[in-house]
Amino acid sequence: MTTPGRPRILVIYAHPDPQESVANREMLKGIDDLEHVTVHDLYAAYPDFFIDINHERKLIRQHDIIVFQHPLYMYSCPALLKEWMDVILSKGFAHGDGLETKGKYWRSVITTGGAAEAYTPDGYNRCSIADILKPFELSADLCQMEWLEPLVLHWARRIPTRELEQHVQHYRRWLLSPFASGKEVEYGQ
Amino acid sequence: MANDVLSVSVVFLAAAVVAVPIAQRLGLGSVLGYLLAGIAIGPWGLRLISDVDAILHFSEFGVVLLLFLIGLELNPKKLWQMRKPILGLGGGQVVVTSAAIAAIVMACRSFFPEISWRDAVVVGMGLALSSTAIALRVIEEQNLDGSETGQSGFAVLLFQDIAVIPMLAVLPVLAGGGGGSWLDFAWMIGGILALLVGGHFLLRPLFRWVVLSGVRELFNVAALLLVIGIALGMQSLGLSMALGTFLAGVLLAESEYRHELEIAIEPFKGLLLGLFFISVGMAVNLGLLLEYPLQILLAVIALISVKGLLLYGLARLFGIRPKSRSQMAAILSQGGEFAFVLFTAALGEGLLGNELSALLLVVVSISMMTTPLILLLQDRWFARTFKAEEEALESDVIDREPRVIITGFGRFGQVVGRLLFANKIRVTVLERDPGQIQFLRKFGYKVYYGDATQLDLLRAAGADKAEAIIICTDEPGEVMEVVNLCQQYFPKLKVLARARSRVEAHQLLSHGVENFSRETFAGALDLGRQALISLGMHPYKAKRAEAHFRKLDTTALQDLLPQHSEDVHLASRSKEARKELEEIFDREMRGERERHNGWD
Repeated sequence: MTTPGRPRILVIYAHPDPQESVANREMLKGIDDLEHVTVHDLYAAYPDFFIDINHERKLIRQHDIIVFQHPLYMYSCPALLKEWMDVILSKGFAHGDGLETKGKYWRSVITTGGAAEAYTPDGYNRCSIADILKPFELSADLCQMEWLEPLVLHWARRIPTRELEQHVQHYRRWLLSPFASGKEVEYGQ
Repeated sequence: MANDVLSVSVVFLAAAVVAVPIAQRLGLGSVLGYLLAGIAIGPWGLRLISDVDAILHFSEFGVVLLLFLIGLELNPKKLWQMRKPILGLGGGQVVVTSAAIAAIVMACRSFFPEISWRDAVVVGMGLALSSTAIALRVIEEQNLDGSETGQSGFAVLLFQDIAVIPMLAVLPVLAGGGGGSWLDFAWMIGGILALLVGGHFLLRPLFRWVVLSGVRELFNVAALLLVIGIALGMQSLGLSMALGTFLAGVLLAESEYRHELEIAIEPFKGLLLGLFFISVGMAVNLGLLLEYPLQILLAVIALISVKGLLLYGLARLFGIRPKSRSQMAAILSQGGEFAFVLFTAALGEGLLGNELSALLLVVVSISMMTTPLILLLQDRWFARTFKAEEEALESDVIDREPRVIITGFGRFGQVVGRLLFANKIRVTVLERDPGQIQFLRKFGYKVYYGDATQLDLLRAAGADKAEAIIICTDEPGEVMEVVNLCQQYFPKLKVLARARSRVEAHQLLSHGVENFSRETFAGALDLGRQALISLGMHPYKAKRAEAHFRKLDTTALQDLLPQHSEDVHLASRSKEARKELEEIFDREMRGERERHNGWD
């Protein structure tokens, strides 16, 4: 059972090619012993994109913080996670008359292929991560969820091992005490 | 002397418990153990049992149950496929052996001047028949069931069982009575036809009715009633009881109750067969043996060699492999229980005479005892001489340390195999149809000959090192056999299996096999989806409807599991489940419609 008072966290992990992503694998490996954290590999659970709506909604009800861990694909999330959001966070459940997600927390945990400098107005992508994640922030808002600052790992494929380890530890520490330093969690690395 | 049923039972059980394990440990096989136990407790041993005939008669029922179980394994299609060996090899054996033995008896007339040609014919026919009980038991014990030896041996035995009918019918003619026997013959044929037609239409409804009663043991009661009833009916028509129940078994081989029937009858069969072997041991008249030791010994040797050699020759004619044909010849070389029946009946018709029939019975009984010994010697012999051939033909598997073993490479296994091959996974395929193997090897598949229900073969194929086995054999019984073997001997091996239908899926589930696929399910769903599309449903919606259906049906399958294993109201339960399924399906599809409304 979870420690009383510790929020229960659902990590929804969406990566269509998880065997190729060292960073995400290490991040998950670093947290798989945490009892209050449920890691839910979306592409493993629904390889045919046929999402079990009841099961997913039950998971949401059982957790306080929903973490969306995914790489950035075309300035957004992988397709199955988008399908998940379309199907699960629908009117009647998460917004409209539905209040099931009200008061829960949303945190996007992102890995990118590009360097941090690429996500600046003068950089290669001409946009900040905050701009790119705007649709997610709006969705959280629509679902009356608290938007936590995203946790971003840039340069995910080429990052030095030591820095990756630091990131993994950072992720783990945050999951262990999500509200230790207020709701502000540092942005990027 | 023990006379009441319980103390007699104790004597039998104790004799078996003492003798059989000793015989097994000495490598003599269980049959010889039972026979020796019988001699020990019989009138010529410790004299613990006196009423041998009654017990022998009663325990012959074990043979009847045995044939019922064999019938269950053989559906009509398989039986039809075996028509050539049954009629050719079996028919040849009965005709040729009868004639040869009759001729030998006539030639030896100088020793028994009172023997007529009629007696010689009866002796020939009776001794041509082998012991179904012993032969099938030995086949089973030595794991020869699926092999060429087992198959051809079984074909011969089956023909012999059928041949008993005309043999018994011809006895009165031989005795000079004639006349009415042809009417009897017509009755017999009529009886078999009635059994086939009646059985086809009545048996399944009968069992359905019994199952619906919900009383668990009633199923066993009904199974026993069916077997005993048919046996008695056949007997009253003068037919072989074993043949009648065999046919009933064949009729039920395709029904959903097959496995339950097997489970219900199996223990009775084992007990009664053991009792039968003990009775044969008791029936050996050691007094006569002491009186005419030389003659009886010579007769036994002559019987075994004539039968064995003729079988060997016939098998050769039918192109059976050397090792299989000598094994089969040895297994069928003895006289059988039908000889008892035939000679007793002949005596009743005034043929043979008391002394001759008693002598013949001793010969037959002793010949039954020789079979396990002959096989033992033969095994030693093979161990030396047939090594080379065995390697070439039987263990045709090279251990390539595969990651996956696929058993059965027909329509089903091929698709599985091709998918794995395409993904560069090392696969070893075991297939039993030699024609198929050559064909597939032409296309570059690594396919090996072998019967996957044999432990040694699985081991040779690398089952203790592979990660997974995918059982794609199309015979559900074999699938379960391989599942059991793997779970018992290769606990680390992941087991995936093909299920013919829901029944087999339940069986697999109840054995803890969760990775299975119902062979027609995916294909039917796919075609159903195409039907929905062609009726105008949007392809994406049809795809989702298919997925919903798959999920619900799979859930229903799991939910039905406990009911299946307890046999309770299975039919009505599945009707309920179907209704439930419709309701849930309706609800889910409504939910599906609603969820899109929010965004439109």
